[in-house]
Amino acid sequence: MARMKFLLDAERCIECNACVTACKNEHEVPWGINRRRVVTINDGKPGERSISMACMHCTDAPCAAVCPVSCFYTTADAVVLHDKDLCIGCGYCFYACPFGAPQYPRLGNFGSRGKMDKCTFCAGGPQADNTQVEFIQYGSNRLAEGKLPLCAEMCSTKALLAGDGQIIASIYRERVQRRGYGTGAWGWRTAYRETVAI
Amino acid sequence: MLIKRTDGKAAKQRLASAYQGLSAGGLDRRAFLRQAGLGGAGLAALGAIPLSTMRPAEAGPMDHTKPVQRVKNICTHCSVGCTVIAEVQNGVWVGQEPAWESPINRGTHCAKGASVRELVHGDRRIKYPMKLVNGQWQRMSWDNAMTEIADKLMETRQKSGPDATFWLGSAKFSNEGAYLYRKFAAFWGTNNVDHQARICHSTTVAGVANTWGYGAQTNSYNDIRNSKTMIIMGGNPAEAHPVSLQHVLSGKEQNRANLIVIDPRFTRTAAHANEYVRIRPGTDIPIIWGMLHHIFANGWEDKEFIRQRVHGMDEIRAEVAKWTPAEVERVSGVPGAQLRKVAEMFATQKPATLIWCMGATQKTVGTANVRAFSILLLATGNVGSDGTGANIFRGHCNVQGATDFGLDVTTLPAYYGLDENAWRHWSRVWNVPYESMVARFDSPALMGTPGIPTTRYFDAVTLPRDQVQQRDNFKAMLVFGHGGNTVTRMPEAVKGLEALDLLVVADPHPTTFAVLANRRNNTYLLPICTQFECAGSRTASNRSVQWGDQVVKPIFESKNDYEVMYRLAGALDKAAEKRNMPIRFQADLFKGIEVKGQEPVPESILREINRGAISTGYTGQSPERLKAHMAHQDKFDLVTLRAKADAPAEIKGDFYGLPWPCWGTPEMRHPGTHILYNTNLHVKEGGGTFRARFGVERNGVTLLAEGSYSKGSEITDGYPEFTTAVMQRLGWDKEFTEAERASLARQGGTASWATDLSMGIIRITMEHGVMAYGNAKARAVAWNLPDPVPVHREPIYTPRTDLIAQFPTLPDRRGFRLPHLGQTVQNRSHQVAKDFPIILSSGRLVEYEGGGEETRSNKWLAELQQDMFVEINPRDAAARNIRDGAWVLVSGPEMPAGKATRMKALVTERVGAGVAWMPFHFAGWFMQEDQRSKYPQGTDPIVLGESVNAVTTYGYDPVTFMQETKVTLCQIRAA
Repeated sequence: MARMKFLLDAERCIECNACVTACKNEHEVPWGINRRRVVTINDGKPGERSISMACMHCTDAPCAAVCPVSCFYTTADAVVLHDKDLCIGCGYCFYACPFGAPQYPRLGNFGSRGKMDKCTFCAGGPQADNTQVEFIQYGSNRLAEGKLPLCAEMCSTKALLAGDGQIIASIYRERVQRRGYGTGAWGWRTAYRETVAI
Repeated sequence: MLIKRTDGKAAKQRLASAYQGLSAGGLDRRAFLRQAGLGGAGLAALGAIPLSTMRPAEAGPMDHTKPVQRVKNICTHCSVGCTVIAEVQNGVWVGQEPAWESPINRGTHCAKGASVRELVHGDRRIKYPMKLVNGQWQRMSWDNAMTEIADKLMETRQKSGPDATFWLGSAKFSNEGAYLYRKFAAFWGTNNVDHQARICHSTTVAGVANTWGYGAQTNSYNDIRNSKTMIIMGGNPAEAHPVSLQHVLSGKEQNRANLIVIDPRFTRTAAHANEYVRIRPGTDIPIIWGMLHHIFANGWEDKEFIRQRVHGMDEIRAEVAKWTPAEVERVSGVPGAQLRKVAEMFATQKPATLIWCMGATQKTVGTANVRAFSILLLATGNVGSDGTGANIFRGHCNVQGATDFGLDVTTLPAYYGLDENAWRHWSRVWNVPYESMVARFDSPALMGTPGIPTTRYFDAVTLPRDQVQQRDNFKAMLVFGHGGNTVTRMPEAVKGLEALDLLVVADPHPTTFAVLANRRNNTYLLPICTQFECAGSRTASNRSVQWGDQVVKPIFESKNDYEVMYRLAGALDKAAEKRNMPIRFQADLFKGIEVKGQEPVPESILREINRGAISTGYTGQSPERLKAHMAHQDKFDLVTLRAKADAPAEIKGDFYGLPWPCWGTPEMRHPGTHILYNTNLHVKEGGGTFRARFGVERNGVTLLAEGSYSKGSEITDGYPEFTTAVMQRLGWDKEFTEAERASLARQGGTASWATDLSMGIIRITMEHGVMAYGNAKARAVAWNLPDPVPVHREPIYTPRTDLIAQFPTLPDRRGFRLPHLGQTVQNRSHQVAKDFPIILSSGRLVEYEGGGEETRSNKWLAELQQDMFVEINPRDAAARNIRDGAWVLVSGPEMPAGKATRMKALVTERVGAGVAWMPFHFAGWFMQEDQRSKYPQGTDPIVLGESVNAVTTYGYDPVTFMQETKVTLCQIRAA
C-alpha cells in the first residue's frame, strides 16, 4: 500500500499561493479557514525561502495522540483524517501540531470554536466517498477518484509534491542530484521520522 | 500588507462588514441571487445550514453520479497562457482540473489561475446594465442602454466630430474581439483607440521592432530551458508570471544555468537567483552600457555575428566608452567588479537570454532602455537561436494579440501603420471602398495621424482646445475591459472624467472608472462576460495562439464583446437615421462576418483576420488548426514546442499554437515560428532573418545582412523585402498561379508581400527558401528615434539633482496631438527633491492583476491580500518612527496640497534605503476617501485600498507616451 506524503521543495517554491487558492477552489473552503498556507522566512533578504504548509499527515500524528475524543484515524494510504461528528472543537490538536494545521471556524461572538477543519490530503472523511454529505463536511475526495491533492497538482513550479512517499522521494532525489546543491525538504523529518537519503 | 505571515486573524473582523455571510458558512450562488434580487425566496434557508466548516453550495460539489463535461479554455490573467480545464455539470462550472497536456503550464497554475472558477460565479459582478441618474445607479435594459448610448455618441459626433470619442479597448479581449474593436474605431472614423499595451510594453514594441523588425518576445517561456545564462532585469516573474518560473527554475537546475536578477528591489524572483544586482531605479542604460564596457574591453563580443547581422555597432562603442566602471557606480550604485562578473557570464556562458518586463518599459526612457537591452543581445550574438533572445514577458492574457490587432493609436491591425497604403490594404480586406473610409474621418490628415493614447486621455479632455490637435477635446469615452487606476496622475484623471459628456464602462466589474469621479449622470455600466463565457483565440506572450471554448453561458445579463459591438453598431445606425446623418455602421462593419442572431461568430472573424494580417503572419492560424492544437496538446514537445513524431497528420511538424509569423494560407501548412530570426531553420520550418524594414542602405553603408541567411535559402546574402517588382527582376513572377495573378490584377497589379492578398509572393519566396520580408541587419542605431543611440537620461523626478545637468531629459515637445513636457517638469526636481526624498516605484502582487477590480472581487484571492501597503526600508522607517504594519501617509509632489494617501507600512529590506515600493492593484480609496458606497450595490470589490497612481507623477516616453510608474518621488510619514 502506498504511503501518502507531502514534500515541499523550498528551492522551487516562489510563494505564488496557487496551492492555497487551488485548495479553496476544490473544497470551497470558506473565508478565514486556511487548510494550506505559504510561510516565508527571511522575507526580503538573501536566503529568503518560502514553504507551503498544511497537515503533513504524520506517521505518528501528535494531534491524534492528544485528542480527548479520539476523532482522528489514519487511512490505509496513511492519510490522517478526523471525524467532525466526534470533534468537540477543544483545540488540543492545534497545540500539539508542529505545523499549525488545525483550523477552527469562529462560531459566535464569544470566541467559541467550531469543529476543527484541516487538510484531508483531498481524501474526504469518514462519510461514503464522494457524496454530498462528505463534501459538505470535508470537501471533495480526489483520492477516491484516483487523483492526487489539487494543491500539488497545480503547483506553479512543481515545488509541492504529493503522492506515494517512495515516488516523490525519488523525484526529489533526482532533482537534488541534478541541481548539485542543498536539500530543502522542509518538514519531512518532523512529520515522517526519516531522512531523504541524499 | 502581508498580514498573513505574521497575523492571520486581524483582517477577518475588519472585513466582516464588507463580506458578511462568508465566515460562517458562505454565500452560495442561490443565496447570492436572492440577495441580488434576481431570485425568488428569502434568506431564511441560510439559517438551516449546519454549522460545519463547509458550505452547502448548489453550484459547488459535483454530482458524481451524473456525467461531467470537460471544457478547455485559457487563463484570463497573465500572458503565459496556461490552459484551464473546466468541469461543467448542468451548465455550471463545478470543478477545475489540471491541464497536464498543455506544454506551457503542464497542469499548473498560480494563485490567480487556480481560482478562475470563481470569476464565473461572480458574486460581485455587474448583473445588468445600469446608469447613473443624479448620482444613483439605476437598472436598465440592454436595448435602452444601447439606444441611449448610441444617441449620445451621435450627438457628440455631430457637435465635435468622430475624434471627440475615445475608444479604450482591452488586452482581455480575444483576438477576434480586439480586431473587431479596432475595426469599429476605424469605421467610427478615428484613430483614438488604445488599450493596456500602452501602459505595459508599448516601449518594448517600439524599441524592439525598431531594432530587428517585430515587437514581440523572440523566443518562448519553454525555450528558456535551453539557456545557460538568464538575466531578469526589471521584472519579477515569480509574482507576475509564476508559471514561467517553472521553465526558468527547471532550466536553472538542469543546465546549472546562471540566474541573475538586476532590480532595485530584492524580489521573490531575486530570492532564487545566483546573483542579485541592486540598482538605483532609472539607471538601466548605465548598467547595460557598463556591461558592454567590460564586454568590449575584454573582446567578449560576438564579432562574426556583429559583422554579418548588426548595423551601427561602432556608434554604440563610442557611447559605451563613456561608461567606465567608476562612472557606472557613481550613477547607478553598482560596483564595477560585480558588473564585470555578470557581463562575463552573459557574454561567454551562452546561450544567454535577457528577460524583461515593466521595470524596463514603464520609464520616460522606456524605448531607449529596450533598445539598449536589444543591443546587448546583439553584441553578444544572443538572438535567433535556442536558449537566447529577448524574452519579453507581456502582461495580460491577450496583450500580445490585442497589440497585434492594432488596438493602438498608431496603427491598423497587424502593424500596417496609418498611411494610405495601410488603409487601402484593410479596405480591400473589409471589402469596402477606400474612399468610403476616408469619408468617415474628419479629414484625410487625421486619418493618417496617430491618435491620443490612454496615458493622456484626461489631458485631452481638460487641456485648452487649441492645445489638442483635432477638431475638439474628448467629450465621450467608451471603456471596454480596463481599470481606471492603471494610469498615473489620478487626481488629474478625476477632473477629466468629470468633464466628459458621456462615460460608458463595459466590463464584468464596475472598475474604478465607475466610482473615481463625482459623476452624476451620463454614465453607463454594461455587464460583459469573461472570456470563459465566450469562445475565441488569444495570443500568449510567446506568440502562440490558443483557442478557448465557451465554458458556460454568460451569467446574469452579461453579454460577450462581439455581441455588444454588434448591437452598438445597430443602435448607432438608428441614432444616425434619427438625426438625418448619412453614416451607417453595422452593414459594412460586419460585411463578410457571419452573425448568428445578434452574435458575430468568432471563427468567422478569425478567418477575416487570416485574410488580412499578412505582415505579421496571422494568416495560417485558421480556427480548425488552432482547435486541432488544443485537442492534441499532449503531442507537443516541452522544450521545442514542436509536434512529436506520434502526432496526428493535421498537426505534424507544427509548433504549438502556430506562433506568429505563421506564413501563407492555412493550406500551406507553415508550422509557425517558435524562435524569431532563427537562421538555423528553413523558412518553411519556422526559420527567419532580421527584417528589412528600414531601407537597403544608409550613408553608403549597406543595411542588408552580409553572408548570413536562413537555412536552405537560394539567395546566400542579404536581400530587401519582396514586391511584385522584385519578383519580376528575379523572374520568380512566372511562378504565380492563375488565381494569384487574378487576385493581384484585382488590386491593381502591384503589391508588396504584405499587401498581396493572394499570398503568392510569400508562397513563392518560401519555395526558394527566402524570407518575403527581406534579410537585413538589425539596427544598433535607430536614426528615426529621438535618441538613435540610447543615452542615459535622469528620471523626471529624481533625487540625484546633481546629475540633471549632465543627463537631462528631453526638452518640451509635442506628440500624439498633445504637448509633452520634459525639462520644464524635470527642473522642478531641484525644488521638490528635498521635501520628497524617497524614490517611489510600483509593481505587481501574485494574487492580483492589473487594476485589480476582478481579482479583488474574488474571495479566494482577496483573502490573501487585504490591505494596500508600501514597502519601506528599515532605515527610512526608523527615521520616521514607522513600525511594521502601522498606518502611514504617503504624498507625492503633484498631489493637491494637504492631501495624502493612507496605507500600511511593510518595513523590509526588500527595498534599499531611500526607495519605497507599492503594488498597483488597489483602488476604491482615493486620497483617504473610502469610495465603497459609490459602487452599485453588491458590486464593490471585497478589498479596497489607495491607488499608487494617486501619488505618481508626470513623465512620458517620447516615442509611445508610456507613463513613468517606476521612478518618482514621495514622502512617507506615520499616520
